[in-house]
Amino acid sequence: MAAPTAEPARRTVLRFDRYDRLLHGLLMAAFLGLSLTGLPLLFADARWAQVMAGLSGGYGVTSVLHRLFATLLIGVFAAHLGRVLRRVYVHKELGLLWGPDSLVPQPRDVVQMAQHFRYFVGLGPRPRFDRFTYWEKFDYWAVFWGMGIIGGSGLLLWFPGLFSRFLPGWVFNLAFIVHGEEALLATVFIFTVHFFNGHLRPEKFPMDTVIFTGRVDLHELEHERPAEYARLVASGRLEEKLVGPPSPRLRRVGVAVGTVAILLGLAMVTLTVYALLQH
Amino acid sequence: MRTGAARTALVASALSFALGAFAAEPAAPTDADCLGCHEGATLEPLPDSVHGQAGLSCVDCHADLARAAEFPHPDKPAPPQCASCHAEPVERYAEGVHARALRTNADSPAATCAGCHGSHDILPARDPASRTYHLNLAGTCGRCHGDEETIRAAGIAAGNVPAQFEDSIHGQALSRRGLVVAPNCSSCHRAHDIHPAADARSPVFHANVPATCGRCHEGIRNEYDTSVHAQALAAGRAAAVCSDCHSAHGIKATDVPAWRLAVIGECGTCHEESIRTYRDGFHGQASALGFVRVATCSDCHGDHGIRAEADAASQVHPANLVATCGRCHPGANANFVRYDPHADARDRERSPAVYWTSRLMKLLLAGVFTFFGVHTALWFPRSWREREATSRSNGRADG
Repeated sequence: MAAPTAEPARRTVLRFDRYDRLLHGLLMAAFLGLSLTGLPLLFADARWAQVMAGLSGGYGVTSVLHRLFATLLIGVFAAHLGRVLRRVYVHKELGLLWGPDSLVPQPRDVVQMAQHFRYFVGLGPRPRFDRFTYWEKFDYWAVFWGMGIIGGSGLLLWFPGLFSRFLPGWVFNLAFIVHGEEALLATVFIFTVHFFNGHLRPEKFPMDTVIFTGRVDLHELEHERPAEYARLVASGRLEEKLVGPPSPRLRRVGVAVGTVAILLGLAMVTLTVYALLQH
Repeated sequence: MRTGAARTALVASALSFALGAFAAEPAAPTDADCLGCHEGATLEPLPDSVHGQAGLSCVDCHADLARAAEFPHPDKPAPPQCASCHAEPVERYAEGVHARALRTNADSPAATCAGCHGSHDILPARDPASRTYHLNLAGTCGRCHGDEETIRAAGIAAGNVPAQFEDSIHGQALSRRGLVVAPNCSSCHRAHDIHPAADARSPVFHANVPATCGRCHEGIRNEYDTSVHAQALAAGRAAAVCSDCHSAHGIKATDVPAWRLAVIGECGTCHEESIRTYRDGFHGQASALGFVRVATCSDCHGDHGIRAEADAASQVHPANLVATCGRCHPGANANFVRYDPHADARDRERSPAVYWTSRLMKLLLAGVFTFFGVHTALWFPRSWREREATSRSNGRADG
């Protein structure tokens, strides 16, 4: 590799703005915190869970931390919903609801998923992905759905006295089952599938820092999301999206945060699988 | 000194022999005669012993020597017959496990009278220096029962119980607090007619345990007698007695977190289904992590006076649930107590809603992970080839 000064000026495009990056960072912190304090309870009969709960001050402490992280995550969710609503209703960005810049699943996602499978087995070219691929949309809606299911059931279990004023007690039985199973789904999914798709697959290994720096290399965008690239070029908006490469400091922070998150996540999923196999 | 004593003894025996030639019965040797030869340390405590104080002479116990014709007596004297004075305790001893072991095998290390009481230094049990003094007895029994070699040789199934007893609440009460009202070994096992726990005559025979513990813990016993366990026991069915939950030798204080968590497992040794469903629920998970401010078995079901759910006096009788749950959950109402703390996701009859919800969730998990498992497995090799192609083209560009 040549020294950075000898490298031609890299052209990078802003993919995630500051607000998105901040929310994703807080989401990560809350999610990791919730899984670190929640999974030991789900696998309470495993030795590692008892050791982990003991290290973090016992269930008395982890239960408080779990509720703090939950509050943070609910705050992140509310902030995100608020921003989406503002962009749609105030700024009239209807493109958020449908079209190539939207996260809403659309027929082309089904088509591209089929094309992607054909590409996996060498029967076709890589689909011409746009701003959000079908698996990224799945990730987004999985979190969205998970927020409702885990957050809702969690609140029920947090305030049983309040909710039992109008709900029968067996609802708490269901909330308990749903909270644990959905949490298992969410953690294992994020720590395996999301990690693989976003970071660990050979093309990205060991990680893609775009969610931390917000910036993607123009060549990478052209290669990975040709439809978005073509749209930007055709509409003449590419220039306004071009930004300087991330500062070395921002990159270092991104790599550090990503490394910690990936290692913690992989450790948790290893312990989870170990506990499930022992069961 | 030694030769002097021997000479005295020789003279004494010659004298008694000479006298015996004239008498029909040989005169019994006096203590002074015996001490003529036996000046060893083993005899030292004799004057201070209970027998010495009572004025007994050597031949009162070594009765066979009273009629011995020849001194120094050539053979080892026969074992002293304690029964000649202590008929009743020896009779009870003869029925016990130690005597039986010795009858079966004369080489058995099982205790004889002297094994526990000592021989020449016997002190009354009320003497703090006595081997059988209340606070010393555990140590006395422990000389054999706490000795791994003896345990092995005698095949003592219970193992090293003195080690457990030492740390128990009873053991600590004796050794640290000096409480003579705390039980030692004989308080539960008796002293002379000790029987194995499997023998119905034993105070520690399963069905006799409540009465045995109840001799001190009378209030608890009264409460226990009203319980479903006591009723089942009276009806001849297997049911928990004191030692099933509290253990026998290693009994711990019940007001410490460790006990609160450990007793859950004790209930679970019989109530297997209930412990499984308890562990699947929130209370059981939190307590498994060492949290004590969460319901354990006895918080809901009661402890010594535990009743069957159908019993109107039971804490878990439907009519009492609001009060029982309300002890921890102040807002508990009729809705609240419809929560099932023992819901079983595997039991369609008991918990249909939980069963189907659990099935549905498992299906969702299986579906998601199957799909993405295949997706990832197919993508991985493809992505690998992409990476190699990229690095090759980069290599060409660099070259």
